[in-house]
Amino acid sequence: MAKENLSVWTSISFWRRSAAWVTGFATILLIWLTFDTMGQISMGTDADLQKGITKRVPAPTVINYHIDYKMSEKRGHEVPVIGKKEPFFGKEWSPKEAAALLHLGKLGSQAKNCMNCHTLLGNGAYYAPDLTKAWLDPMWGATMQGMTGKSTKEEAMAEFLMHPEKYPTHARMMPNLGITAEEAKGLVAFLKHMSSIDTNGFPRGFSKTVDQFKAGGTNAH
Amino acid sequence: MLINIKSNHLTNAGQRIGLMYFRVAIILFAAQLLMGLIAATQFVYPSFLYGIFDFSVARMVHINALVVWMLYAMIGSVYYMLTDETGEETAMAGLGKLAFWVLTLAIAVVVLVYIFVQIGPAKESTIWLINEGREYIEAPRWADIGIVVVVLIFYANVFFTYLKGRKTGIMTVMVANLLALAGLYLAGMFFTDNISMDQYWWWWVIHLWVEATWEVFVGTLAAYALVKFIGAKREIVEMWLWIEVLMLFGSGILGLGHHYFWIGTPEYWWEIGALFSALEPVPLVAMFVHVLYDWAKEQGENGEKSVIGNGPGMAWIVTNAFGNFLGAGIWGFFHTLPQVNIYTHGTQFTSAHGHLAFFGAYATILIGMMYMGVQGAYGVKRMKATFNSKMAIVLITFGVLGMTVALTIAGYEQVLVERAELGGGWQAFFTAQNLPWYVQAQLWRLIMGLVTFVGFVYLLLDLLTIGKKAKAAEA
Repeated sequence: MAKENLSVWTSISFWRRSAAWVTGFATILLIWLTFDTMGQISMGTDADLQKGITKRVPAPTVINYHIDYKMSEKRGHEVPVIGKKEPFFGKEWSPKEAAALLHLGKLGSQAKNCMNCHTLLGNGAYYAPDLTKAWLDPMWGATMQGMTGKSTKEEAMAEFLMHPEKYPTHARMMPNLGITAEEAKGLVAFLKHMSSIDTNGFPRGFSKTVDQFKAGGTNAH
Repeated sequence: MLINIKSNHLTNAGQRIGLMYFRVAIILFAAQLLMGLIAATQFVYPSFLYGIFDFSVARMVHINALVVWMLYAMIGSVYYMLTDETGEETAMAGLGKLAFWVLTLAIAVVVLVYIFVQIGPAKESTIWLINEGREYIEAPRWADIGIVVVVLIFYANVFFTYLKGRKTGIMTVMVANLLALAGLYLAGMFFTDNISMDQYWWWWVIHLWVEATWEVFVGTLAAYALVKFIGAKREIVEMWLWIEVLMLFGSGILGLGHHYFWIGTPEYWWEIGALFSALEPVPLVAMFVHVLYDWAKEQGENGEKSVIGNGPGMAWIVTNAFGNFLGAGIWGFFHTLPQVNIYTHGTQFTSAHGHLAFFGAYATILIGMMYMGVQGAYGVKRMKATFNSKMAIVLITFGVLGMTVALTIAGYEQVLVERAELGGGWQAFFTAQNLPWYVQAQLWRLIMGLVTFVGFVYLLLDLLTIGKKAKAAEA
């Protein structure tokens, strides 16, 4: 008993105090970084978009713009590129309308439990394709527009979401989730908005596939 | 049926509540495995239950049953050890019992709604009543609030008992850690239109649970079990526990950054996430060394050949030491660096890691705690492993390892073909999913899932009968 605590390395109180300090320090650092990140991932505004200011998560009105995903020499990976205005479901959406549509879409993505088959931003289940850049997927062009007989990408997407069982592409099919026409529009807006988020280059090489598809490369069927 | 586990030898109310939680945990464990088998079958035969009980439903119940059975077994373990550690009767035990029934009823309703209603229209009411559609924490908002109330009651039971009684190192860590664990749930209880913000806070719950507070919880349980099962020295066990807390929180809290590589969050998370999550295996090695060292040391003392009071319990604790290190440590480290993760993120790699980590780090030790509960319930001094105990641990461990290897191979193929070669996307995904290497791997996963299930049947049989057998052998 007299030999107790001869060394600090076997002292319980030393390790207890160290544990408390390390935990406290890590927690404070995490909270500080969280404040910084919150600022950086808050949604931008419509004015940002008009002025061409790049936000990591743009305003809902980004659905009024053409979105691409291109290699940035400076950053070493692909980044979303917001281009010229283009109609979305045949019109330009006001900030209020766009926000309401995105709200409906995000709510729909949860209510229909998308995440338990698909991944969103890479998180979810691995039974169906990742949806992070689904808006930019070349399949919506020739293939799905052809199958659904729709003239625009967004209409083809909405039609597919409402009746996925009618347009199977593989043995593993998406089930009919009772998605209404309005909900489908919302979901397409949600997907288009997600594709404009700066994900630090995830998924990598996505635009490569787009180019290969356009050129009729090896993946074209 | 589980009522068969008699509890008339339990000396205090906390232990009896603990046993109630264990009984429900084992039923939910069965549900988890059945749902997993359905989902695994759908990977191989996509038309199986299509349009009736889709993959999304099976998978949702699979992971929810997993989380809930583990929480049940965790709460049960705390109730079980409470009086023993503090030397006091459980404070407000009656309220704790009521909370158990409220929670169990609520869980039953949630599961029935998951199974029969499944999804709803894109309205707030769906999120409040049917499901929130956020992986792992799908429970609808009404249930969230109910869970918070029940957990507060549970925490009051623990906290006030702790205040009255002995403040051992094990209990001090437990009380502090439980507060963090319960508080974190609140971070997952709000809705936002911003998917990046959504996932930022979602990870606070998921990561800070399974890679921080749950791991500390496991360290605490292992410390208690070592004292109970092999009579390890408390001073040594508690010193190790503080070292583990230091290392687990020191690496795990900022290790959260490895989920912030690709969800819209800034680039600095690459460095922070990579550095701290790469350190996460270190405490797991320490825990592994600690358990085996103590085991070997205590075995040799007193000149006795064996001093293990609970054979199957100790076997599961040792499996935990291996499994935690392999599943959480090695399989996690595989894909934690951003340079690798950009290709592996959202593939079967994650699934392989998830299976071995949840099993190795959590299922093992919680099964060990159930054996402790059975031993206490029958009041037996020494409980030796039976044929059923051995079949259970061998088949379950082999099954889960087999699933992990199969999913790792599937993930490897997916990473190379879908991600590296084809750059992701709809066609790239299905091209990789339909290659023979991937299909074979999924078939092996299903077979190994069945092996795991057979092991579970042995486990259930054993938990139901081992106490009676040991009692009879002692008499």
